[in-house]
Amino acid sequence: MKTLMKPFDLSQLSKAHEVRFAGSEGMEEQLPWPQFTVADLNFFYGRQQALKNINLIVPNKRVTAFIGPSGCGKTTLLRTFNRMNETIPGTRVEGSIRLAEKDLFSVPATTLRRVVGMVFQKPTPFPKSIFDNVAYGLHLEHRLRRTEIADKVEQSLRRAALWDEVKDKLNQSANGISGGQQQRLCIARALAVDPEVLLLDEPCSALDPISTAKIEDLLFELKKFCTIIIVTHNMLQAARVADYVGFFLSGELIELNRSKQIFQNPEKQETQDYITGRFG
Amino acid sequence: MIVSRSSSNSPSYPPRSRKIINYIMLSLTGLCTLLVVSVLLTILVYLLWNGVHALNLNFFTKLPAPVGQSGGGVSNAIIGTLKLLALASAIGVPIGLLGGIYLSEFAGGWSAFTVRYTTDLLNGVPSVVMGIFVYTLVVLPMHHFSTLAGGIALGIMMIPIALRSTEDFLRAVPRSLREGGLALGASKSETIFTIVIPAAIYGIITGIMLDVARVAGETAPLLFTAFGNQFNSPGWLQPTASLPVVIYNYAISPYDEWHQQAWAAGFVLLSGLLVVSIIARLILARGKKLSHG
Repeated sequence: MKTLMKPFDLSQLSKAHEVRFAGSEGMEEQLPWPQFTVADLNFFYGRQQALKNINLIVPNKRVTAFIGPSGCGKTTLLRTFNRMNETIPGTRVEGSIRLAEKDLFSVPATTLRRVVGMVFQKPTPFPKSIFDNVAYGLHLEHRLRRTEIADKVEQSLRRAALWDEVKDKLNQSANGISGGQQQRLCIARALAVDPEVLLLDEPCSALDPISTAKIEDLLFELKKFCTIIIVTHNMLQAARVADYVGFFLSGELIELNRSKQIFQNPEKQETQDYITGRFG
Repeated sequence: MIVSRSSSNSPSYPPRSRKIINYIMLSLTGLCTLLVVSVLLTILVYLLWNGVHALNLNFFTKLPAPVGQSGGGVSNAIIGTLKLLALASAIGVPIGLLGGIYLSEFAGGWSAFTVRYTTDLLNGVPSVVMGIFVYTLVVLPMHHFSTLAGGIALGIMMIPIALRSTEDFLRAVPRSLREGGLALGASKSETIFTIVIPAAIYGIITGIMLDVARVAGETAPLLFTAFGNQFNSPGWLQPTASLPVVIYNYAISPYDEWHQQAWAAGFVLLSGLLVVSIIARLILARGKKLSHG
């Protein structure tokens, strides 16, 4: 276990941005400032432990992908970042997570979730119009004028690369557009409140390849102003979109490294086995 | 039957017996469906057949005629029933609605069990017992029967179904929608009132309409509370006529004309309920269409 933690030695977490990734001989690079700093994280569903002693940092304004077989805890970890797991009765979390410099658990959950947005596996359009879906988060807290809201909705839809497809039917029900459009609508909805982080939980698993490609292209644009964490079953997708990849197995973080490193020269045998399709 | 796993590539068809059983079951289910529909149709036609002579404009606009005189109507009972239902809804709907929201969204474990259990028991209380209960609670202290007492009795009877149907429709809203709201930083109650309830609103309205239709035909509780009235009942504190009680009184009377009017009143009541329930179904269908594109 100790060696697993080597790249993210706890003694160095305070200056985690200086932590270097191991295993990249001669081309060690400095990490961007950490968005999340996770230390000794354990998570329980009742008595069942879903995350075991997780230590990692998630770099700022990069795409980090979590991969691993079903039930390995990657989604659980993702949902810990916006404290979504708290809505499930009987769950318990130990350890610490820092969002930039702040303790994640000291911030009210509703405030945290405006900073850390989330998009789910299946599109979840609200039974409202397309416009009202995107404006939903804006109505919650801000007292904005109509024109400001309209501008924000347009900006968010453009960022989600959906504006051109829906600009003529903003008042129609969000249930009437295709699944891929609905998922981009959910991304636009999350972007409307200007989050610092966007969590994506297998966002393309219910979509066709064309919609998937659109969302992947989108991520390259979004990471300019957003930290992105994506959980995916699709290793090709992780290889395509991610700057950093974390491999999880049975609730443990096996390896976290630059995407290239993971897919070309992983440190751990388990990672090697998984990416070559020997299990999972 | 097990389909043979012979090595030949020819497709295997189900044996004859399976087809026959299929036909028999299909016929049986079809027959039972037909039976249910025909019972309703028979009742409607029978009511219309027997009451058609009494169905005219006077029936809807005139007060009851004294015994021996022809003509007259049941306008007081129609108005009385509408007033009773309005009052019952004013009592039953808010309590049922809010209770349903609590049960579906907030209650956990012990309290949910208690509320659900008592609601189901309340639903099972015989309507005549409900009549006696409200008689003791409202009529005795006031010393006379009233629209108020009848409305309270029907209102209490509405609560269990309004509550459980609201709960059911709210619970049917997928968890993903709630998480979608929470993930945007909405609080639990914001999510409930701006996402979950709007998503279920058509179902909730339908459930309440059917609930109103159900208590509209209740007779026993009204005998002890609203009693009856040969004239229009002014305000809310006087005894009032109502369609179910008029049917009951006229049907057990010895006069042919009253019998006919009882049939007609039955037809009017049943048609009203049919219309309400058809509208309710249409609303639900519209809601489904809206939420599924």
